[in-house]
Amino acid sequence: MATQVLMPALSPTMEEGTLARWLVKEGDSVKPGQILAEIETDKATMEFEAVDEGVIGKLLVAEGTAGVKVNTPIAEMAGEGGAASAPPAPGGAAAAKQPPAPMPLPQAVPAAPAPVKSPQAASPDWPVGTPTKTMTVREALREALAEEMRSNDRVFLMGEEVGEYQGAYKISQGLLDEFGPKRVIDTPITEHGFTGLAVGAAFGGLNPVLEFMTFNFSMQAIDQIINSAAKTLYMSGGQMGCPIVFRGPNGAAARVGAQHSQDYAAWYAQIPGLKVAMPYSAADAKGLLKAAIRDPNPVIFLENEILYGRSFDVPILDDFTIPFGKAKVWRDGTDVTIVSFGIGMTYALEAAERLANDGISAEVIDLRTLRPIDYDTVLASVQKTNRCVTVEEGWPVGAIGNHLSATIMTRAFDYLDAPVLNCTGKDVPMPYAANLEKLALVTTAEVVEAVKSVCYR
Amino acid sequence: MAAKKPPETSNVSKDELLHFYREMLLIRRFEEKAGQLYGMGLIGGFCHLYIGQEAVVVGLEAAAKEGDKRITSYRDHGHMLACGMDPRGVMAELTGRAGGYSRGKGGSMHMFSKEKHFYGGHGIVAAQVPLGAGLAFADKYLGNDNVTFTYFGDGAANQGQVYETYNMAELWNLPVVFVIENNQYAMGTSMKRATRSRTLWERGAAYGIKGEAVDGMDVLAVKAAGEKAVALCRAGEGPYILEMMTYRYRGHSMSDPAKYRTREEVQKMRDEKDAIEHVRELLLQGGHASDEDLKAIDRDIKAVVNDSAEFAKQSPEPDLSDLWTDVYA
Ligand SMILES: Cc1ncc(C[n+]2csc(CCOP(=O)(O)OP(=O)(O)O)c2C)c(N)n1
Ligand SMILES: [Mg+2]
Repeated sequence: MATQVLMPALSPTMEEGTLARWLVKEGDSVKPGQILAEIETDKATMEFEAVDEGVIGKLLVAEGTAGVKVNTPIAEMAGEGGAASAPPAPGGAAAAKQPPAPMPLPQAVPAAPAPVKSPQAASPDWPVGTPTKTMTVREALREALAEEMRSNDRVFLMGEEVGEYQGAYKISQGLLDEFGPKRVIDTPITEHGFTGLAVGAAFGGLNPVLEFMTFNFSMQAIDQIINSAAKTLYMSGGQMGCPIVFRGPNGAAARVGAQHSQDYAAWYAQIPGLKVAMPYSAADAKGLLKAAIRDPNPVIFLENEILYGRSFDVPILDDFTIPFGKAKVWRDGTDVTIVSFGIGMTYALEAAERLANDGISAEVIDLRTLRPIDYDTVLASVQKTNRCVTVEEGWPVGAIGNHLSATIMTRAFDYLDAPVLNCTGKDVPMPYAANLEKLALVTTAEVVEAVKSVCYR
Repeated sequence: MAAKKPPETSNVSKDELLHFYREMLLIRRFEEKAGQLYGMGLIGGFCHLYIGQEAVVVGLEAAAKEGDKRITSYRDHGHMLACGMDPRGVMAELTGRAGGYSRGKGGSMHMFSKEKHFYGGHGIVAAQVPLGAGLAFADKYLGNDNVTFTYFGDGAANQGQVYETYNMAELWNLPVVFVIENNQYAMGTSMKRATRSRTLWERGAAYGIKGEAVDGMDVLAVKAAGEKAVALCRAGEGPYILEMMTYRYRGHSMSDPAKYRTREEVQKMRDEKDAIEHVRELLLQGGHASDEDLKAIDRDIKAVVNDSAEFAKQSPEPDLSDLWTDVYA
């Protein structure tokens, strides 16, 4: 019985991969556990093992093929004994030997779009005519780290699996090789301890960059971040600053459940003494991370696992930084202002595109940093459009959008033609089930609906 | 860990050996199936398989009585099967369906069963350690003789809250068995790269807690150590630490390329120390079972696992209104 070997899903965010290398050829007999192929995922090269015994028939996808979608048949395989007519093994189905019927899979993550073109921005971040290159957010972050480590030997990177493992999400890939174990430091699983230690090192004159494997684990260390890092400059009457960056993926990834899917933007943005950045594009990730590392204050740098693999234009400049407190206008518009940041921008921009088809012109602003916030850009836009919708992944109570609403009400009340609406994640812990997770997250449709509502359409 | 000891079968019955064989095989086949469903995209997110470590939970469950509690990390499927939870409900939780233990809302890392006294299923490394001591505190407070098995990894053993817990547990003589599942790696970090301590159980001494290292690939040794620890706890002389020397054959989670160890290292463990093979040999050598008998068990287990997978595929997704339930009691 010939069955088909399907392209496996090998990570929470994988939708497609590169079939890097076949380790078997047509006619080979394989045993369970034998490596069939090497597959590059969004994060790593993985070995793909056979589940059952059988004989490899035709290889359907040539090695080196990129963009092979999960569940695409990649090879044919005859069952135990090799005879094409052999009866199915008792118990039947196995991952490596599935009938070809494509499985209708829940899509937890929107398919990665083509590189996002930088807009004709009202606030250009680089001189007109600067050459750019396309890179992923992951590469941009890595470049920023490497550049800052090259230019300042007091900058070091510390965290779980940042060195030998090359980073749980591969942001620090190659850094151990370049900078050595003195400056790329693997820690035990000891967040409260190593955070306090790094804050102490910052007091002692170093510039630590601390990676939380994800920001969910910064909860173990929150006391040191807030009570020690954020408040000491003030408590010491200005004597003792804490130049440190806390960075890592924040917010929901895909199907990782309640304890691994929280957006901490509003939490950290509440703390005086901290600075908070939450970039969306690769250029912003690079420019803001470089600025964060040079900043004399403790900076919370909120990345996003789903954005890591997205590509954007990044300027080719020797020293490209983006100042904190400067929003970016991604799209000019006249009817409504949509304000967002981080992965929320995905929904904001998609919504603006859809709304344009309905004849609504939306101005889209990316805050980029949440402390400080660029109120002026938001207020100027609202004074022009008279309507505002905010978009974020975090929970609705005490959201960044709540704060913006209050600020707009206080400072631009007379300009408003409708109440400011906040689109947020739902007020529940993140569920695991695919259908519920989709529902828990903010969606483009909700943004469109909110905009139509403030436009009375 | 001594390689394959001569069979110590004198005080173990045929029935018990067959029970161990079945239970461990169930976990292994279940986990293999979960790995397959993950590859097909039916299971999402993180999925941490227990393959290789089966003897730890199966041996310790043999030392437990009704009412005893257990709590562990995200690497929890084996613990749930071993304490008698239904494979269908576990697998359906893995696929995020309404038939799952958390009705699809928890996922691989977050399952619970009050009925079986299984308290999760925790995703934050080491957070379950004080929780386990708290369960034991409740039992002591209520005046019963239940014991709590609190499982955590070699990596988790470096979190500060473990030692805060040790101190209180000994101070208040809580009936808790701390089970360190030392599979030698915390994700990609070998124990050697995370601590200068030679052993993890000896750290308890600083707080006055007794303990020992156990060959966690030998289900009989695990059971014996578990019985001793449980007896002490029931006698009011807890807590106790068991450092189970074990090994995970698969990557940390499904997305771990596992470049931090060689295939040979894994193969050597499989060849020389496999817990299921060990019991299989005891059964065959002791004349307790024939090859045919064991094949029949294999078929039974395969059927149970396939049934759970079928159930997990057929079970509907949770109702959309479930998004809003269970936030408050
Ligand atoms: C507080 C916290 N930090 C980091 C992580 C990410 N993480 C998940 S499992 C793991 C390794 C744990 O290793 P160990 O305790 O040895 O358990 P094992 O996975 O080997 O069973 C890490 C670092 C986490 N879930 N929680
Ligand atoms: Mg471990």
